[in-house]
This record gives sequence, C-alpha cells and structure tokens, in this order.
Amino acid sequence: MPQVEIVGLTKTYGQIRALDHVDLTIRDREYVSIIGPSGCGKTTLIKCIAGIIEPTEGEIRIDGRVVNDLKPEERGVGYVFQEIALFPNMNVWDNITYGPRAKGWPAERIRHIGREMLEMIGLQARYNSYPDELSGGASQKTAVSRAVSSGAILLLLDEPLGALDSKVRTDLRYKVRRLVQDLGLTAIHVTHDQEEAMSISDRVVVMRAGKIVEEGSPMQLYSVPRDVFTANFVGEANFLQGAVVEAGEKGAIVEVSGYRVGTGDSSRGVGEEVVLCVRPEFVSIESGESALRGVIAEQIFQGSVVRYVISVSEGLTISADYPEGLEPRGLNPGDGVGIVVPPEKVLVYEPPREGLAKAISLE
Amino acid sequence: MDVSKRFGRIFAIHRVNLEIRDGDYVCVLGPTGAGKTTLLKCIAGLERVDEGEILLDGRRVNDFPPEVRNAVYVPQHYALFPHLRVLENVSFGPMAKGVRRDEALVNSHKMLELVRLDKRVDSLPQELSGGMQQRVALARGLASGARLLLLDEPLGALDARLRIELRYQLRRLAKDLGLTVVHVTHDQAEAMTIADTIIVLREGMVEQMGSPFHIYQRPVNLFVANFIGDTNFLEGIVSERGTEGSTLELRRSLHIKVADTSYLPGERVVIALRQEKTHLMSAGMRAANAIRGRVQAIRLLGDFIKCEIRLENEDSVSYKFLRAGAIPGVGESVMITFRPEDCMIFPYPSTGLSREVETT
Repeated sequence: MPQVEIVGLTKTYGQIRALDHVDLTIRDREYVSIIGPSGCGKTTLIKCIAGIIEPTEGEIRIDGRVVNDLKPEERGVGYVFQEIALFPNMNVWDNITYGPRAKGWPAERIRHIGREMLEMIGLQARYNSYPDELSGGASQKTAVSRAVSSGAILLLLDEPLGALDSKVRTDLRYKVRRLVQDLGLTAIHVTHDQEEAMSISDRVVVMRAGKIVEEGSPMQLYSVPRDVFTANFVGEANFLQGAVVEAGEKGAIVEVSGYRVGTGDSSRGVGEEVVLCVRPEFVSIESGESALRGVIAEQIFQGSVVRYVISVSEGLTISADYPEGLEPRGLNPGDGVGIVVPPEKVLVYEPPREGLAKAISLE
Repeated sequence: MDVSKRFGRIFAIHRVNLEIRDGDYVCVLGPTGAGKTTLLKCIAGLERVDEGEILLDGRRVNDFPPEVRNAVYVPQHYALFPHLRVLENVSFGPMAKGVRRDEALVNSHKMLELVRLDKRVDSLPQELSGGMQQRVALARGLASGARLLLLDEPLGALDARLRIELRYQLRRLAKDLGLTVVHVTHDQAEAMTIADTIIVLREGMVEQMGSPFHIYQRPVNLFVANFIGDTNFLEGIVSERGTEGSTLELRRSLHIKVADTSYLPGERVVIALRQEKTHLMSAGMRAANAIRGRVQAIRLLGDFIKCEIRLENEDSVSYKFLRAGAIPGVGESVMITFRPEDCMIFPYPSTGLSREVETT
C-alpha cells in the first residue's frame, strides 16, 4: 500500500498558484527528495503534508487515510525544519523523550526509546547538554530524533540541513539517511541542494512554478533527464542549438555554429531544430580530429576538477571538466583547441517554445 | 596587522596579519564561528579593533568612520527597504551622501545594468526572487563607489544551482570593474572557484593563506586538508625512512609507501589522501600501494560518484571519480591504490585526530 498519496493538490494565494494540481505517490519506506528553484512550491507542498498549510484543493492520504482535516499532531508525521527548534530549557534527553512523555508512555519504554535514539545519533555523552551548548549539527540530530521518537512513520524534512556549514551538512545527510533506513521510515525531504538530494534519495522530484517537472531516480535525472530544465538544474550542462543535417540509424548529425556534432538520437529528421545538452565532464579537449573548435577563454582550478571554458563562437562557450592531475598539459588561455563530444552522451531536446534561456532559467 | 577583536573574554579574531593586493579577489573561508564576519566588519569599520592596525591604501584607518574608508560592507541578509523600488534602493545611499539626484539615478541604473537587473528597476523587493534581491544589494554596494567590496556570504541565501551560476558572474563583475573584493563564505567549492587568494580562518586565527591551487595541493595542517577538498585520513607509524621515500605501518600491520621522508621511524603520523587521488585498481596493474577492501556504499554526487570502502584493516576510505568511469557494485571486493607522492603526511595531533578533522 502506498504510504503517501497526493492527488490534485493546489494552493493559491490570490493570483499566485504556489501549487498547481500536484499528483505524487510516495511508497512505503521510500526516501524522496523534492528540489527546485526558490518559489517553486516545494516548501508549500511539504507544509501541506505536515498540516501546517491548508491546501485550496486536492487530497492528501497517508497510509490510505485522508488527512486533510487532521491536525498536524494527528497525522503520525515527524516534522523537522531549518530553524533549529529544540526546547531551550530542556537538555538533549528531555528533548528527545518529549513526545513519548507527552503521550504518557510507561517510564521503561521512554528510557528504552531515549537510549536507542541517543545511540543512533551518537550523542550518548551529550544527553545532559542544553541546546545552547550544542553545535548546529548536534542540535539538528537531536531535532530529528525528537521528531521520530514517539513513533512517527513518516518523516518530513524541510531543509533540515540548510543552516549548517557545508562540511557538517555533507556528513549529516548520510547520518539522517541511515537513521531513516534503520528505523524503516518513509521520508520526504525538501532541499535547495541538488547534490544532497542526489546522494541520499531513492527518488528525486523536480518542481518548478507549482508543478512537478519530472521525477525519477538520481541516476535517471542526471543521465537521461526528459526536460531541459531538469538537465540544467541537476548538474551543470552545456547547451548547443542547431538543426539536424543528417539522420541515420545510428543517430543524427546536428549543425551547430557551422560545426557538425554527432548524437546517438535516431528519432530526429533532417531540418529539425534541436537543442543539444552535454555535461562538462563528458567533453574532452583534443589536438586531432574533433567535432568543434574553439579558443580557451579560462582555466579554473576547482580542487578535484579543472575546468576549461572554451569560446566556440559569439555567444557559444563550452565547458570541459577534467579530474585534477589528468587535465591536458601545457594549455593556456588563448590557445586554439579541438572539442570532442561523445555522441552517446549528447541529450537531444526539442527547442522549448518559450526559448532556451527562459526554459532553463533558475529564477 | 596583528588585528584582534575581543567580545568579552573570547577572541573573535586573534592577531590576524594579512595583506590584500589591489585588484585581488580574496575569499575568507572557515567554519561557523571562525571570525570571518568580524574580520570583514573590522575592515569596514563597523567593529572597532581592540589591538592592531588596519591600513587601506597605506593609510591607518582604525579611527576612520566606515563612510570614509572607501570600503563597503554588503551584509549576508540584504536589508533592502521594502517600500522603495529597486532603483531607489540603489540610489538611496549616494543621495543621502549628497550626490545630486539625477546623477545618482543614472549611476544606479548603470550598476543595475551590470547585475542584469535593469529591466526590474521599478519592482519592489518583495516582487523579486532571492537571487535578484541579492543582486540589488550588490548593486547598492557598487553604487557607493567604494573600491573595496566586502561581501559577507553574498550567495548564502540562494539555491545551490543558482549559486554556482552567480559565482562566475560575481568574479567577472569584480574583474571588469577592477575592484578589490573580500568575500566571506563557508563553502569551499565556491572559494576554490572564485578566488585569486584564499584565507582559511579557524577560531579567529589564519591557518593558511594562498592561491586555491597552493592551498589545495599543500595544506599546512590537518584542519586545512580536511576543510578544503574531500580527504581520507589514515593513521600510521613510520616504520622505515629511506632517501626516496618512507614505509608506514597502518593498523593491523598493513604497510604502505609514501614519498615524504621528513618523519623519523617510530613517529606517529596521519596520512591525508584526496579522495580523487584514491583509485580502484584494475587487473594487471602494478602499483606501490594496494589494499584490499569491500564496497560499502555508492553515492551519486551529481558530476562525481563517490565509493565508500571498508579496507581489510577495518579503516575506511572513499574514492571519487567523474561519471565517465565504471561503477563497482555494493559488496564487491576491490583493490584500491594510491601513489606514494599523493600521500600528504602530518604529525599525529596531540589533541587527537577527530578534533582536527571533526565537522559537527
């Protein structure tokens, strides 16, 4: 039985549709992340599920039961959000066991769940600390265990790691993922950090302007996104516009700024206008035969990656990423180079009606 | 020069000594509470320093009020006037300083053009996205005419994807205008991409200062090695020291070769190894270091894939690679390898390894 079903969910604020007929089903024990640019409706969606915002239309079912009219605390969900909201006058232990105590559980059971939670988040030694003595990471771990200690089966995570330093955030996301798995929970996680979503989710939902653009496994969204917006939003991407000049069984050849670029897509006809997308990590620089030529505009050292920004023609630059240490030697800005794009890594899209720039705009 | 700022008994910054060259783009990097914002505010003149001197263009400015320092502070939470339109928000400062209205408006328009908001001059802040509001705050800083821009987490409030796009734009803008920038961030990837010079701050002190390349390749200590880049740490003891390299003993009598010869036999050390310099060994490959392990988890990180491995001696390492490579399966037995010259060796810290590299 699906754990959470959302049907035709709409939320309007005057003229603005924060959610526009959203349908989404989340299976039992699934970890689903929702991403999208700010204002896309992801926060509104999770708050509707939590019961903090009342939808204008549509239905929310948790475990087969319609919960639209239930109060947040009656929905069996644990909710954790960005601003750390522990009770400042209670220590870690009392914060974690707050729910079970409020529910009047027997003392032995409270002790048991409290110990289990502390062990799970590795804060046994800090049980007696007060929130203002804890680091951001430790506080948020406490908040997560408080949210689930009284038996919630659905965990709603609303940017839970957003206020933390990036190193702490990376570390903690795996811990939260592990906790959800160990407790057999279902989780819905809203984040503005694509990498976070990609690295811990079973499924990622991409939203924009109140609607779901696309959903799929992290691998699907990264490797074969169906929509140009997703292609750009999930990882960086080079976009090239052109028209098919040759179509064969093995793929089409597309003319871009006077160059012929091979693709593995055999579904396009000669003359068809297309948008090509290729990720910087699949682009390579070659001295020999190549699809395109350009001039190195910039070489940027990014730590584990070295990026070359290559200017091909007016308005067209292509980025190529190399692992640090494996980058081509002796290249400098101003040098002319060949650019190779493996046809099987080229994604082919219909030109968006509103124009490419608008279709991939992050705002 | 040796600048300190105390809040009560706590040194927010302690004997910080640094020099920023004209036209440089500097990123100040460090965890929460490192003193990054305090440092910026001291330069801007919004905090008084308790000790030391701040020189701008060779002049001691300790006693100068903020408005005459030729430096402008752009705070993390851009406080735009909610009832003023974008153009008015930008021109407010110059006009309050006595710049003629028409001149201030023309100049503000130009600054909004630079941040690509010239089409939104008549919007109210609430009608703009977070990224646009951030750009208005930046235009306001630029319109002040200051040659030194002090940016406090300028991209902090934005979506991760938008942040990546704007960081390239921010650097280009500063370079085009020939400004000197000090940009505070806790995001190491942002600093690596955008800066000419990185300053790593920890507990009020400068741990290291240098180009991104230098800091990445030659971190001075474990803290920097951990804070910048994704790094594996292994504990070991030097068992042999030769002229070409040394042999170290890891847990459970596992031996590895490293190129560094600056430690003596018997010394306890930590080996820091970048995750992208840790590789999977393919059949028939010969390598100085090879350790057996089992794949624990595969993480997709967008362009990178990270593979976590439990080694035969119970240590854990990760290796990460760009998508182009083949992906092993969870539970698979693998051999990992790394080059002796890629091992960075540090003395074992007296306070323990976890304190130096802890994140939470």
